[in-house]
Amino acid sequence: MALPITYNLRNVVLRWRATLATVLGVALVVAVYVLVQSLAVGLEKSSGNTGDPRNVMIVRKGATAESSSQVTRAQLRLIQYWPEIARDDAGRPLLSADVLVLINLPRREDNGEANVLVRGISPVGIPLRPQVTLVGGRWFTPGKREVVVSRRLAARFANFEIGDSFSSGGRTLTVVGQMDGQRSAFDSEVWMDGDEARSIFDREFYSSLLVRATDDAGRAALIERIEGDKRLPVRGLEETKYYAAQTMTAMPIKILGNLLATAMSIGAVFAAMNTMYASVASRTREIGTLRVLGFRRRTILLCIIIEGGFLALLGGAVGCLLSLPMHGYSTGTISFETFSETVFEFRITPWLAAQGLLFSVIVGVVGSLLPALRASRLPVIAALKSL
Amino acid sequence: MPVENIVSIRQLTKLYRQGEIDVTALNGISLDIPRGEFLALMGPSGSGKSTLLHIIAGVDRPTEGECRVQGQDVAQLSESQLADWRNQNVGFVFQSFNLIPVLTAFENVELPLLLTRLNRRERRTQALTALDLVGLADRAHHTPRQLSGGQEQRVAIARALVTDPTLIVADEPTGNLDSNSAAEVLGILQALSRTAAKTVIMVTHDPKAAAFASRVIHLEKGELLPTEERRP
Repeated sequence: MALPITYNLRNVVLRWRATLATVLGVALVVAVYVLVQSLAVGLEKSSGNTGDPRNVMIVRKGATAESSSQVTRAQLRLIQYWPEIARDDAGRPLLSADVLVLINLPRREDNGEANVLVRGISPVGIPLRPQVTLVGGRWFTPGKREVVVSRRLAARFANFEIGDSFSSGGRTLTVVGQMDGQRSAFDSEVWMDGDEARSIFDREFYSSLLVRATDDAGRAALIERIEGDKRLPVRGLEETKYYAAQTMTAMPIKILGNLLATAMSIGAVFAAMNTMYASVASRTREIGTLRVLGFRRRTILLCIIIEGGFLALLGGAVGCLLSLPMHGYSTGTISFETFSETVFEFRITPWLAAQGLLFSVIVGVVGSLLPALRASRLPVIAALKSL
Repeated sequence: MPVENIVSIRQLTKLYRQGEIDVTALNGISLDIPRGEFLALMGPSGSGKSTLLHIIAGVDRPTEGECRVQGQDVAQLSESQLADWRNQNVGFVFQSFNLIPVLTAFENVELPLLLTRLNRRERRTQALTALDLVGLADRAHHTPRQLSGGQEQRVAIARALVTDPTLIVADEPTGNLDSNSAAEVLGILQALSRTAAKTVIMVTHDPKAAAFASRVIHLEKGELLPTEERRP
């Protein structure tokens, strides 16, 4: 039978000065791990949260993202009359031919410049994306040089308040509204009229088409039809699937997070090891007594490992608490899909916190293995004689 | 009725290796200790008395010879069998009490019972009974730091008693106590041998402590000197 867990808990508390450094060390590692991973989660959530399951995105065959895709006007004319595409009351196809343009704009507070993704859309492009809502001002008027910016982008870029204007492509664009994409990829976009965008930025082609299928069967049929039509060098896929696949940007952050955590955890393992060695050394006679009373070597081994694990778990919990204030904090990075500023939030999910805690326990267990082995192998008589 | 020997030692030798030299701690000792005896082992430092105690208690192993406790040749047991055997058959009392500082008196006494099949309630009853026997039931929830030296040693005796072992070994149990506390502790050990028929083996330097024993044996240079019988 194992020693009571209260024995471990009280030993940790009793040596609180010695254990505090280790707890804080592990806390720091876990906080960094959780924060970096929460960036990746935030990024993935932002793209994974985007799109309407009823929509189909059409891009050039071979293009992995809209930014590298081209759809010609001839292709648009061919596709828009297909029966699988839903129509509005007036009989117009629910189809938005989008143009994506990157423009360079100044950030707030003279914080340099960054690329912003401008999406020129057809008028129907707004109702096709119901998760995007207007939170201030009004939508742009087709044919006018007006834009609606994401509220989150507005917090990061100069001249994005309603009524402000900025220059691009030699023309001045006026901000007439702000929108909210409910933490989706649209939170990193500026929207304007598609035809106006093609005119200002001199684009012959569209970047992508977004269509609403008549129903589930229609959507499947539409995708199949696009695939089967050899005249069309385009491919169709569900809008949600398209965005869910756009998680490449999160990869380097994940890798960086894992590298950082691994490097730091080596330090934390040694800190835990040091503490547990000191703890074992100061309890030599106690361990000898336990052995004499009948506790086996493996019980002592397990006891020290549990204690190390608990110590680190305490650090892990503190680390998660330290990282929590960053939850929901909005930040931005350059997207590797669009090469523009992508706005997303630190997302500290329960799963991520659990990962952080598990990580801390691993640090503690690894760190206490050698001290535990030493404790379990102490010669009983010598241990009893120790001061 | 023949006397039942709890401990039976024959030609026991223990050699320690110190660098290149073998040091003889015990040299061919033979000894019988009957049930209910309170035996005091005396002798100068290095005479081998603690080594003899450790071998009888299954903490150390002899180099040669036989040490049977209740018929069991202790040296034949494996490390883990020995751990179980100690838990079931031997109660330990140390000079420095060796209580676990983070556990209360009750939890310290309950500790050996965690290795038995007793359930929580049975363990509680038994631990409280043992504490009551040493007159410390009202100190059950005190930590060792909140107890006097004498009280700590009484808790240690309760811990030694709690599994109801046949044998209680005490290594200088009064070495860290004032004379009043020492007398109390020795009185308890004496009562255990007389009324509960526990076999108590005590190592001591102190003739006053040895005076409580029913038999005193002296060791010198690893050998037994002629026995001095105190009380039947």
